[in-house]
This record gives sequence, C-alpha cells and structure tokens, in this order.
Amino acid sequence: MNEHDPATTNLPGDGITVDLHVVRHSLGGRVLFEALDMSVAGGAVTCLLGPSGVGKSTLLRLLAGLAPPEPGDRFVCSDGGPLTGRVAYMDQRDLLLPWLDVLGNVTLGRRLRGEPRAIDRARRLIGQVGLAGREHDPPSALSGGMRQRAALARTLMEDRPIVLMDEPFSMLDALNRYRLQAMAAELLGGRTVLLVTHDPSEALRLGHRIHVMTGEPARLDQALSPPGPTPREPTDQSLVPFQRELMARLGMRTGGGS
Amino acid sequence: MNWQSYLRWPIVLAGLLAVWQLIVTATGVPHYILPAPHRVAATLVERWPLIVDHAGVTIAEIVLGLVFGTLLGVVGALTVAAFRPARRWLLPILVASQAVPVFALAPILVLWIGYGMASKVVMAMLIIFFPVTAAFLDGLRRTESGWIDLAQTMTAGHGSAWRQTAILLFRIRVPAALPALASGIRVAAAVAPIGAVVGEWVGSSAGLGFLMLQANGRMQIDLMFAALLVLAVFGVLLWFTLDALLRRLLPWQTDSFSLDAETDNAQ
Repeated sequence: MNEHDPATTNLPGDGITVDLHVVRHSLGGRVLFEALDMSVAGGAVTCLLGPSGVGKSTLLRLLAGLAPPEPGDRFVCSDGGPLTGRVAYMDQRDLLLPWLDVLGNVTLGRRLRGEPRAIDRARRLIGQVGLAGREHDPPSALSGGMRQRAALARTLMEDRPIVLMDEPFSMLDALNRYRLQAMAAELLGGRTVLLVTHDPSEALRLGHRIHVMTGEPARLDQALSPPGPTPREPTDQSLVPFQRELMARLGMRTGGGS
Repeated sequence: MNWQSYLRWPIVLAGLLAVWQLIVTATGVPHYILPAPHRVAATLVERWPLIVDHAGVTIAEIVLGLVFGTLLGVVGALTVAAFRPARRWLLPILVASQAVPVFALAPILVLWIGYGMASKVVMAMLIIFFPVTAAFLDGLRRTESGWIDLAQTMTAGHGSAWRQTAILLFRIRVPAALPALASGIRVAAAVAPIGAVVGEWVGSSAGLGFLMLQANGRMQIDLMFAALLVLAVFGVLLWFTLDALLRRLLPWQTDSFSLDAETDNAQ
C-alpha cells in the first residue's frame, strides 16, 4: 500500500523504502495486527501516532528484529538488501551503559562487533549533539537531556540507513524536547526513519509522513504529508489544519473526542 | 566520608568494651567464665607470638576459601546463566548443597582431605560459593531488557547466533551483574570465617579455632577470648577492605549492603 504520489512528494532524499506486511501478530491473547501493510518512505521521517497499547512499539520491535516474525511476515527493502543489520534503534530511555563513559557508549556498537572504534567520528558526533568536553564523563554525571543527546549520538554513530525510534523524546522536558527534535531532524536527514510518538505536535514537527494507527487489530490510515522542510516550527500557521485533522483521527476512532 | 563516620567505629568499640567491663564488675562473674577486658588485653600481649602463628593459618584458610569459593560461584552462575539445561539440572544441586549443614559435612571433609588446611579451605568454599552464585545469577537474570535490545540491534547480522549470545553475555549481562556479584562477595566475606573455624574445631593442628579449643580445654578462657578478638578484628578488616575495593572497582553502583549507600546519603 504505497500511497505517495511522486508529483506532490515532499520527501527530501531517496533512502531505502521499507515495505512491510504483517500476517498476524498477537500479544497476550489480543490480536494486534492482521494483514497489516505499511510503507516506510525512503530517506524520510515517517511518524506513527496512535493510542497507547495499539501496537506502535510492537511494530517497531518487529522491524528491529526484537520480536520474532510470524511465517509470511515480509519486510522488503527497496534496494533488495536485507533489513537485518541495517537498523539502528533508539528507545525513550537513553539506555546508556553506566560502566562506560560517553565515548564508550557512543562507540558501543563498534566495540560489540569488534570493529575499529572510529574515535574521531565519535568525537565529532558528540560535538554535534553539544556534548563536547563530556566524552569521558560517566552517564550518571549527565542530565536527562544530555543523556538522551548521547543516545542520539550513539544512534547516529551506527550509521545505519534505517533508524527506528520509539518515543525518543517523551521523557524530556519541553525545552529539551524542542532542542533534540531540531537536532534529530538535522542529523537524521537522508535516512529512513520510523518514529513512534504519542504527541501529534512532535509528529507535525518532524514527520514527512504521518500515520495514525487505531483499532484492534490495528489499521493504518492514509498518511498525512505536511508541507515544508523539517523541523517545522510549532508556531507555523499552515500546520493548524493538520493538527486538527490528526486530533480528529486520534479522537474519533478511540471514542474520546477533544 | 566526614569526621562522624571516622569516629563512629572507635565510639562503638569503646561502648562495647564499657558494657563488657560493666557486666564483669556488676555480676562479679569469675574470670574463668568471663574475663575482664584488661585480662584479655594482657593475654593478647603476652601470648602474641602464639596467637599470630595460629591467626596466620586461619587467615590463609579464609582468604583462599574466599578466592576459590568466589571463583566457583562465578563459574557456577555463568554456567547456569549461559546454558538453559544447566539451570534445570544444576539449580536443584546448588540448593541441596545448602540444605546439608556444613557442620555435618565437616567431619567427612576432614576424613577425606585430612587435618591440614585443605579441608578448611574447602569448608569455607562450600559456605561461600552459594551466596556468590545466588547473587551473581540474580544479577545476570535481571539485566535491563533495553540494554539487551540495543545490543541485539547493534550485533544483528554480524557473526553467528552463538557469537551474538556470547557478546550479550560477556559485554552486557556480566558487567551489568557485577554490582550484584559484589554484594554476593560482601556476604561471602562476612561468612567465610565460619567455614574455616568450624573446620578447625572438627579436626586440625593449627589455627585460631584449634587454639580456642585447646584454651577452652585448659580453662584458659582469656586466651580463648584473645583468639576470638583477633578473629573478629580480622573479619571486620576483611569486610571493609573488600567493600572499599569493590566500590573502587565498580564506581557506578553501590548496593544497599555496602556502607557507602549510607554515607552517600549523609553527604
């Protein structure tokens, strides 16, 4: 179900598009997905909104290879390559290892794989997320915002074409969230990003494509494609109709209404 | 650490000595039942060379027991954590080994391994390895699941599944479980002297336990108390040294069994 029209596309780059088809997935006796199709647009940020418990994180975990796929599930990359090993994952928790310093955490993937640590690149990324000079600090010496920025640097250090983010900024205060969103939009440019969020304004700030997932088993609506480059400013008046539309999609289908 | 924490121990010690003296004075208990602190101190000075000789043996037994018991505990926990079938087969054996009182095993160990140090080291090991295994295994099984997820996405598609499991175990789960292992070692350090001394009581020709038994037989109760005092002081020193060492090695986490948890709050 590839709904974008090439004529009106607002996508910035041409990364790897991932088409996925989930036959059936249940969790604790509930059927989360049944014959679910989704296309994650290449080189763009796709946001996935929806009420909690609908299966957003489960879908992300399936893509990340953290939940076992069922027979028949398909994850097809547009370049014909595999999905496994080409995915970076960022959680809402920073997941910094307390026994490693910032530099050790940022280079964790390379250390685990036994690759050269690429210290220069790591230092550059640490500088880009505003942590220059903190390379040898333990995570416990950092504030929540700094820790999540270190986690962003670690995600970027992986240099994977596909990045999966599970509510990556939800634990931060408003100001830190705003800063990190701008940082992420800039530094993730050109990669295929699937970002799960519960915050419509975050989706409007970062998303080139915005899906709302509702129901049981979960269904995806037609994606919204807000215009303009990201990160969009929250004060942008042209986003108001999109905001209204997202609220309506989230509200109407959950029976809440706001 | 502030001045209060440095002063706390001398104050506690002085208080204990005062209570001891008070009991002796108040009850008029004969010195061959409960000797006064000054008598014990005099014996300690007088018989110091003898006590040091025997203390050396006991300390060696405790330290060796601690080292080998910890190693055994670490290997046991890693085996159970790494291989699922091992959990089913080894855990009942581990638990059963603790159901048998070590006091009951002591005569058998002395019979098998002899009167020398080896049987005491094995006794100490038997007491030590279980708290170490239990604590470390608990730590290994309680790794923050997010860390595992992260490491899995980082290593997916690189090397075999077996290699990935090994990386997860040794690079994530083991370091994450080190604070738990440290608390197991702290418990082990506190109970290690029991194994050595019980072993000496059952059958030996040297050690503080042997000395206490001999002194008791000859009604030299002050010598018995002097030996007991040396054992207690060594036990406390051992615990504090290990605690300081473990805190230095694992600065990222203190656990509730460490004294540091308390002093941190006081700062």
